[in-house]
Amino acid sequence: MDLSLQKTARLKSFGGWGAAVAAIWILNFFIQDIVDPYVFSVIMYAGINITLAVSLNLINGFTGQFSMGHAGFMSVGGYISAFIFMNLPPEFSHDPILSQFTFVGALIVAGLGAALIGYIVGLPSLRLRGDYLAIVTLGFGEIIRVIILNVDAIGGARGLPSIPQLSSFAWVYTVAVVTTFTIWQLIKSSQGRAFMSVREDEIAAESMGVDTTKTKVQAFVIGAFFAGIAGALFGHYLRYLNPQTFDFNRSFEIIIIVVLGGMGSITGSIFSAVLLTALKEVLRDLKEYTGVDLRMIIYSLLLIVFMLTRPNGIFGTRELPEIISDLKKKFGYRKKSDKVGSKS
Amino acid sequence: MTEFLQHLVNGLSLGSIYALIAIGYTMVFGILQLINFAHGEVYMVGAFIGMYSSVYLKLAENPSIGSLLIAMTLAMVGCAIVGFLIEKLAYRPLRGSPRINVLITAVGVSLFLQYSGQLVFGSSPQFFPELYKSSAEGGIWSFGELKINPLQTIVLGISVCLMIALQFIIFKTRLGRAMRAVSFSHDNASLMGIPTNRVISYTFMLGSALAGAAGVLVGLVYPKIEPLMGVMPGLKAFIAAVLGGIGNVVGAVVGALVLGLAEALVVGYWAPTFRDALAFILMILILLYKPTGLFGTKRTEKV
Repeated sequence: MDLSLQKTARLKSFGGWGAAVAAIWILNFFIQDIVDPYVFSVIMYAGINITLAVSLNLINGFTGQFSMGHAGFMSVGGYISAFIFMNLPPEFSHDPILSQFTFVGALIVAGLGAALIGYIVGLPSLRLRGDYLAIVTLGFGEIIRVIILNVDAIGGARGLPSIPQLSSFAWVYTVAVVTTFTIWQLIKSSQGRAFMSVREDEIAAESMGVDTTKTKVQAFVIGAFFAGIAGALFGHYLRYLNPQTFDFNRSFEIIIIVVLGGMGSITGSIFSAVLLTALKEVLRDLKEYTGVDLRMIIYSLLLIVFMLTRPNGIFGTRELPEIISDLKKKFGYRKKSDKVGSKS
Repeated sequence: MTEFLQHLVNGLSLGSIYALIAIGYTMVFGILQLINFAHGEVYMVGAFIGMYSSVYLKLAENPSIGSLLIAMTLAMVGCAIVGFLIEKLAYRPLRGSPRINVLITAVGVSLFLQYSGQLVFGSSPQFFPELYKSSAEGGIWSFGELKINPLQTIVLGISVCLMIALQFIIFKTRLGRAMRAVSFSHDNASLMGIPTNRVISYTFMLGSALAGAAGVLVGLVYPKIEPLMGVMPGLKAFIAAVLGGIGNVVGAVVGALVLGLAEALVVGYWAPTFRDALAFILMILILLYKPTGLFGTKRTEKV
């Protein structure tokens, strides 16, 4: 493929992402008229979970650093954004145009704040591996929670109520698309191969000239950035933040999404974020019927069964384009060139 | 001064419970290099077995050391079975697969026990029956200002006895020798005719039995038990094991006592809410600056 063709191919794929964002903004006008409020809330949580899962996949799936503190990053972002709006005059939250611009700014600041924490949390990953890193990130998540619990200016244990509701369908899904786009481009770039080389074999990566230290911290910073934005969206949708929401069970929930979807598959993360968010609601109905919360029992059983029988998750490391071409092959669709070949 | 002594007493009794749980972590880690996240849940199951056995055997009707020991033995046996099943069903099929998979499975088992515990035992806290009544006035020994709950001394005493028994098993029996050999090298041990899988099962059972005992002892001192009670003590015990140098039984005990004392002092002199953060801060510092822990040198015996 010559250079100009490559360029058009890339432009074409950029176009796809752009079209997705445009569709989201158009859909935003009437989505609340066509689905009932309950379904709408599920759609919103699914969008936030997509952002969380894809960003965690960069750390856990592509870079192979097992982080259990994603809820911590999320809470940092949520509280930063809420704090910004708390300290601005009310017209910043109510004026229809001004609030939108402030919201974008607050989202970015929330992401940057979480990224800073991600940098601090990422540093121990330089010295620790596997299980130890997992438990240290879990510890960091808990420390963040305890600190928030003890800062009275942001509500402490009482939580932070009456956050302006600014997370619209459009923002939640734009963020989800932007996150997916950024991490997709990153993974397909040479930097992406650096991430994966760290996962496969750190020593080999180092000897091939990959700066493993930088790569690992980068993964944490980028992952935390998007988790922070997701946290802010979460806060501005629920209108209430409580440190208890961000305990390690929340982190486990995101881990379950990533693991079931396939560590190292963005498609998998998106698919399983939607699936598990919907499943949560289905099981909530079941709870009213049986009187017990079966959700976590089923999730944890799924986790164990998957690890025993299909440790790569639903999609493994495969992405949508590969899956589509595989499906085409399976169902007998062949390109013309294939047919010519088969005749001989 | 008395206040300080009071915190010391509380810290020691808390630490001895952490120690019993931490031993299980450290033994399993020594032999499989696996953080058994479900260990805290085994401790929870132990507390519930203790509670149900004392309710059904009517042990609480004549509280004495004897009925305490019966409940504890039942809990230990029950937990040993639970530990055996966890290893057999969840960890053994994964032997030889990437460590991250085993880690995820361990998290899964832990969550599964927590939430199926809520299904089986109910999610609201339950009261642990009074298995031992002190003859002292008001159930408390007073030495001037210093107040000691006799239960705390019983907890400390039983923990020490169990730890001594464990040291005996590890260093004086054939099983203990086999465990040490397997923790040194699976391949070499099996070449020497040691049934490694069976030894690993025994290790899980021993560790889980100690966690079960810890569950009953906790129920004795803090008589409110619930299915999620194992999460924090489980994590803290793991931190204690890391503190003492993971894989080292004596280190785990010392680490647990240090952690218990530190927590008691933080609660006593600073803010109770920082108690949980303290443990994690300690762990992060230890892992960053002395990852082998206080006793983890290369020469120490691992189990």
